[in-house]
Amino acid sequence: MILCRVIGNAVSTVKQECYTGWRVMVCVPVQPDGTTPRGREFLSVDSVEAGPGDLVLVAREGNAARQVLGKASDPFHSVIMGIVDDVNAPVDRGPGSPR
Amino acid sequence: MELARVIGRCVATVKYPTLEGVRLLVIQPVNARDQPQGDPIFAADGMQAGPGDLVSWVTGREAALALPNTFAPVDCAVVTIVDHAWSDPEAHGVKAVP
Repeated sequence: MILCRVIGNAVSTVKQECYTGWRVMVCVPVQPDGTTPRGREFLSVDSVEAGPGDLVLVAREGNAARQVLGKASDPFHSVIMGIVDDVNAPVDRGPGSPR
Repeated sequence: MELARVIGRCVATVKYPTLEGVRLLVIQPVNARDQPQGDPIFAADGMQAGPGDLVSWVTGREAALALPNTFAPVDCAVVTIVDHAWSDPEAHGVKAVP
């Protein structure tokens, strides 16, 4: 599971049947500070009514996504499964840096 | 699951039997602002997409689940054709990537 910020969404008409009725959000992985990006943005299916600006917990793994979203035979790979209120963890500022 | 722009097709005559009839696309991963992200990759086409289309794709075991024969040896497949996608990191509290 990774911490991400929702920064947009994607809309499709032509899609695999299992995606009907689900919202697909654009997410970017962030550091525990919630603002520093740490990777490429990607798409994730929303199961918790998250919206742009929300800090969320994302599972980027097929089994978890299929368990939340559908049948064992549906091609889901990523799911937003929590909206984060607060993260209490030190932010990594590089080797040797004070906490 | 990520966004990509379809930039071409790939034809392979000799291939594993369960890949018969599966169209192969060359896709360039992009972000929701249509900026290229990394190198082009090859994906099985589960959606009849064509060059120029904005699509979303999945990796891993789920890729084969998008195909008629779900036991095909693919690790990347197109699952939706995207009409519209947007993202605005800075407006939603994410610092710009240096």
